[in-house]
Amino acid sequence: METLRFEYLGGTPPAVQAPTLTGVVGSGNLEVLVEAAPGSGSCVIEITTAAVGFGHIWQAVIDDFHARHGLCDLRISVNDVGATPAVVSLRLDQAIETFLGDAA
Amino acid sequence: MNAHRHSYYEAGARERLHGLLDAGSFRELLGPAERMTSPHLPPLDAPVAFDDGVVVGRGRLAGRSVLAGAQEGGFNGGAVGEVHGAKLTGLLERALDERPAAVLLLVESGGVRLHEANAGLIAVSEVMRAVLAVRSAGIPVLVLDGGQFGCFGGMGIVARCCDAIVISEEGRLGLSGPEVIETTCGVEEFDSRDRALVWRTVGGKHRYLLGEADVLVADDIGAFREAAIRLLDTVPDLSLDALDAEHGRLAARLERFGTCRDALDIWSALGIGQPARLPLLDTDEFLTATADRRA
Amino acid sequence: MDARTLLEQLFPAGHDVRFDGAFFHGSGRSGTTDIAVIGTVDAAPIGVELALALAGAVLDTVRRHPGRPILLAVDTAGQRLSHRDELLGINGYMAHLAKCLTLARNRGHKVLGLVYSKAVSGGFLASSLLADACHALPGAEVMVMNLPAMARVTKIPLEKLQDLSRSSPVFAPGVANYVAMGAVESVWQGNLAEALAAALAGMPQHDRRRELGEARGGRRLARPVAARVRSDALA
Repeated sequence: METLRFEYLGGTPPAVQAPTLTGVVGSGNLEVLVEAAPGSGSCVIEITTAAVGFGHIWQAVIDDFHARHGLCDLRISVNDVGATPAVVSLRLDQAIETFLGDAA
Repeated sequence: MNAHRHSYYEAGARERLHGLLDAGSFRELLGPAERMTSPHLPPLDAPVAFDDGVVVGRGRLAGRSVLAGAQEGGFNGGAVGEVHGAKLTGLLERALDERPAAVLLLVESGGVRLHEANAGLIAVSEVMRAVLAVRSAGIPVLVLDGGQFGCFGGMGIVARCCDAIVISEEGRLGLSGPEVIETTCGVEEFDSRDRALVWRTVGGKHRYLLGEADVLVADDIGAFREAAIRLLDTVPDLSLDALDAEHGRLAARLERFGTCRDALDIWSALGIGQPARLPLLDTDEFLTATADRRA
Repeated sequence: MDARTLLEQLFPAGHDVRFDGAFFHGSGRSGTTDIAVIGTVDAAPIGVELALALAGAVLDTVRRHPGRPILLAVDTAGQRLSHRDELLGINGYMAHLAKCLTLARNRGHKVLGLVYSKAVSGGFLASSLLADACHALPGAEVMVMNLPAMARVTKIPLEKLQDLSRSSPVFAPGVANYVAMGAVESVWQGNLAEALAAALAGMPQHDRRRELGEARGGRRLARPVAARVRSDALA
């Protein structure tokens, strides 16, 4: 197992929502927990992954994710079991949609 | 019709709960943000899940308050560890205080989680005790079984300790899974790759005909919901008379079917014509073909 | 220890236990109290017939001897693994036994378990673990699965499992592990008749295995997690 942490400063704070969980911790899959971190001014993404040694790929996937959404005041926690970058991106987007969608 | 179905089999634990209960009514206890993960998985380099593979909480069903727990088969096959089991036990014991209309268990589990085998086995035992305490207090415990991993191991016993089981054709219920039996006893005892054999031995249709499951529904969250609503007024009965009657039924089953070598033999003995066609029928056709023929 | 020796030591004043294959049933006297004894021998795999026989003995005790304490002395290498048992719904037979013991408990029977030889996995779950309090003899074998089999199924190296099992009671075989986790109340040493009488005098009034596991340090989360789910406020 390997733990990675990314932090992005600045962005748009979403309205404060209840935490949401998206995805499942199963082979080739991951779960994404999104929580509000009001006033933090940053988006922190912590990842625990069963696939060791792919930090640079995570960096690229998470950079893209943050560029797409540009959100701050968030804490995102991931438990991953070797999902592909495409699956990771998809789950992160679903997780954000679910989190923001609960406002409606 | 199929276009309106929401597959129970394909859904995850949270999706099932949200579809089963009254819209927007579910409130989770000890949710994922609490990060109550298993302490026993990381030392074995195994991934954890923020909810330890089970979602528990309170909601409403047809306007009535219920407590509900749903196992997530996608995480370790829904296997029970220390935290997972304690969440189910706590939920059941909460029923003793809150006295909801019922406790719903959306089971999907291979049984005990081997990474924490002793803790898991004891946890399942505690869940059994809690189920029976809740029933003894007059509150029904209802089981829904239609997930991809079925309901096996200790959870198969837990399920049968409850008041009623709603199962789909896709649902499976048993103790030792076919793979376990094949690995231990050989392929001639149970060929786990023979899908037809597996489904007609542990699948929903056979369980329903045998009387191990009470209601057979289509693979649709809405159908599970309707069945659960109809069972809400179940009155638990653990009296001597009730258990004498159950004892008689189980003894009669052994007497009647104990020498059968295949589910087809049992279905034949039940007086069902052309038993080999049963696996091919959809739920409605099956219920019509087997009406009044259950054991 | 074999069952006949066990019964002689538990009931020095005598007993009327009858053996029928792997199954036995009868009564013995502990001090001034008659005890119903229900059990199995020869590490019997628990299949549909045996589960039904055990349940029948419980119902018989409830019917004929209201309030009589029940001692489960089950020697089992596990649930019987067979296509036939699954076909007939073995889990339903085991659940029936659990319900019968609940009936007994609800009617005031104390239910005691004693692992005198072997208790494995589903066989343990469907017998001694159903008791209000489960005890064990020092040489008893208690487990879910041995480590080599566990290594094969989980694909975790055997050496790693062996190494971890020296410091953690959570997955490896052994009575001491089940004591640490609270599932086995105590290990009976010395005079078994006295141990039985003491156990009967000190029966827990509720399922306290989580509390024992926490106090003994073998299972620290089960009690607080269950307590939070039971009592946390909900919106």
